[in-house]
Amino acid sequence: MTGWMGTILRINLSNGAVTKEPLNAKDAALFLGARGLGVKIFTDEVDAKVEPLSPENKLIFAPGPFTGTSAPSAGRYHVVAKSPLTHTIGGANSGGVFGAALKYAGYDAVIIEGKAEKAVYLWIKDDQVEIRDASHLWGKWVPDTTDAVRAETDDDASVACIGPAGEKLALMASIQNEMHRSAGRGGLGAVMGSKKLKAIAVKGSKPVRVADVKALEAAIWSARAKVAANPVAQGLHKHGTEILVNILNEIGSLPTRNWNDAHFPTADKVGGESLTKEVLARRKGCFACVISCGRVSQIKDPEFAGIGEGPEYEAGWAYGPDCGVDNIFAVTKANHLCNELGLDSISTPATIACVIDMATSGVLPREDWDGLDIRWNNPELIVELTKRIGLRQGLGDKAALGSYRFAEMYGHPEFAMTAKKQEMPAYDARGIQGIGLQYATCNRGGCHVKGYTIAVEVLGNGLRLDPRETKGKPAIVKAFQDMTAAVDASGGCIFGTFGMVADDYAAMLSALTGIHYSPEDYVRAGERVWNLEREFNLNAGFTAKDDTLPERLFKHPIQTGPSKGLVSHVPEMLPEYYSVRGWNEQGVPTPEKLHELELA
Amino acid sequence: MEIASAPRDWSPARALASRLHPKKVMAKVLMIHPEKCTGCQNCMLACSLHHEGQFRMAASRIHVYTWEREGASVPMMCQQCDTAACMKVCPTHALHRNPGESLVDYEKSKCIGCHMCTIACPFGNIVYDAYSLSVLKCDQCGGDPSCAKACPTHAIEWVDDSISTRSRKKAYASKFVEAFQEA
Repeated sequence: MTGWMGTILRINLSNGAVTKEPLNAKDAALFLGARGLGVKIFTDEVDAKVEPLSPENKLIFAPGPFTGTSAPSAGRYHVVAKSPLTHTIGGANSGGVFGAALKYAGYDAVIIEGKAEKAVYLWIKDDQVEIRDASHLWGKWVPDTTDAVRAETDDDASVACIGPAGEKLALMASIQNEMHRSAGRGGLGAVMGSKKLKAIAVKGSKPVRVADVKALEAAIWSARAKVAANPVAQGLHKHGTEILVNILNEIGSLPTRNWNDAHFPTADKVGGESLTKEVLARRKGCFACVISCGRVSQIKDPEFAGIGEGPEYEAGWAYGPDCGVDNIFAVTKANHLCNELGLDSISTPATIACVIDMATSGVLPREDWDGLDIRWNNPELIVELTKRIGLRQGLGDKAALGSYRFAEMYGHPEFAMTAKKQEMPAYDARGIQGIGLQYATCNRGGCHVKGYTIAVEVLGNGLRLDPRETKGKPAIVKAFQDMTAAVDASGGCIFGTFGMVADDYAAMLSALTGIHYSPEDYVRAGERVWNLEREFNLNAGFTAKDDTLPERLFKHPIQTGPSKGLVSHVPEMLPEYYSVRGWNEQGVPTPEKLHELELA
Repeated sequence: MEIASAPRDWSPARALASRLHPKKVMAKVLMIHPEKCTGCQNCMLACSLHHEGQFRMAASRIHVYTWEREGASVPMMCQQCDTAACMKVCPTHALHRNPGESLVDYEKSKCIGCHMCTIACPFGNIVYDAYSLSVLKCDQCGGDPSCAKACPTHAIEWVDDSISTRSRKKAYASKFVEAFQEA
């Protein structure tokens, strides 16, 4: 086998059994790896009705065929489990080095089952796999955990771990690798915490073999040239993903103060240009990346002093405009805390925005404010409440369940800006119609990356569409969702798609694996993954009624700025979306579609 | 003042070559700029693919180390030392320098696998690889180094040795310009 390692590692934490199984070649060819193979294994083995924080839920870590190779910006791994936040299929991927390390250790997937009696960590060194005691690590924050595990294993081991948030089952807990890289969304850190698994350390020395070296090199260089020449990729290198703050604010689609508005006059103070000027220490790249959008950030303001990474655009937006804050130091500090405590840096600040909205609207009684000065534009509040959420103290204990459950607790779920109970990210669905349809239909709830129509609705990457238009958007959303699923399944980062197209990915995958993939085959693999995820969600009890957005986006128009007066039109687009997907009116894939995708 | 003796690897042929072909002596070198390194490891991947036809990081002749708390990455690779310790201790001349070249060359057929070079190199830049039973030594890819081509941020450059530090010197000099403007 080339491209894949040919082995799946299964670890049962309940009985300590470690087994190795051969990779099913047909599954690999059809579902590629990472998100695809992970979802295939998960849906084959786990009942959709499983309770997410029970030992019966499984947690799968999977690199893709590109992971560990020099395919441009394609060194990622994907984590799959049923999400405790959304109760949909959960999936989150991360860059850094961890995915490549898993691959070099010889595995296409690591399946974690059951639940350990007391805290443990895993030490995977090629064929040697140990389940080790982690009682002394329980309670440690992410950087200290990483250092401690390395000291006990190998200086150069790659470590993925949870922080206090995951241990305490915060439903917004992330899994962190290399300290600052994050499989953040959907609360998969809580699944890891529920299994009493503190960390996984990996060191690998095996080769990833290549079917046709010359063809792979040619395909890689042709693809790299496209990424290097792409203006969006260049912008991401220069100012990080935060470059989007001013772009979205200029078109009036930057959700502001928990989506009460979509224009923030002082957004520039927390944008990419300000980040570069005020806190950027160094540019950072994930494994095999040719863009390097990562930011090493150092805060000089003594009140918020510290060094870490980020923020990314979505975190910068959520801590910034969405909380009415324009202090780049506080935003950066709060983001560092998310990484250190092991929290999703989108859901956490978006939940804080919801808390502020409820407090200032009078639906959160003052006796529940936990002594905090809850108001918009309070830099100290975003830092302090992040800490309390991560440690589940006081008000943070309730907020750690995410904005939907928090708002519901007080009888006002309408304050939660969520889709399928997951906080929506930084692009206003009232001003940008396609991304709203993506939020409503995404298999993991409110999420932008799994169908990033912003590329054509805002950035004009390859194609420029009117963001306010609904016509034709369902087909665009489907195309982005399928392509992204394929890129995720092969171990790629979606930022690569700013320059590369399906032809590039198919050429690289064919040369690497020796299996011929046409560009259509490649995208179809993504569509296959999307439909398999949809089937899981339907089996879990979701229906077409759940493919929607908060009422605020339909009834409360944007108040100021260039998009003033706009609302979302998701309900009007939904029937056409189901139709272009080959689903029936209830949003269920038809037998013909499943047959076409070799899913039935 | 000490009077330098002739270098131990001095040879009549090399001396002659430097006189007859001065251009050849102005060789190219791999220049590293750690401050530009993002830690992506594309250099290691390219090195491994070029030399082994597969992705095996331990086979890379260049290594990138990252300190996550400090947020810094540094590539480490053979500097082709003028007075190369690895070459001096090599008992079989498997490691040697060809006339008029800056490269410390490695000839696998002469290598007896004694590991002396790996002990001698003060930087740890030459390593023994148990997988291929040979020394992993940067060969500058025969004059077109893959690592420099693969580096997306030009943290590794393939430049004439006479100008290798010019960009760094100029970057530093530019700080004076900034200072003058601020004044």
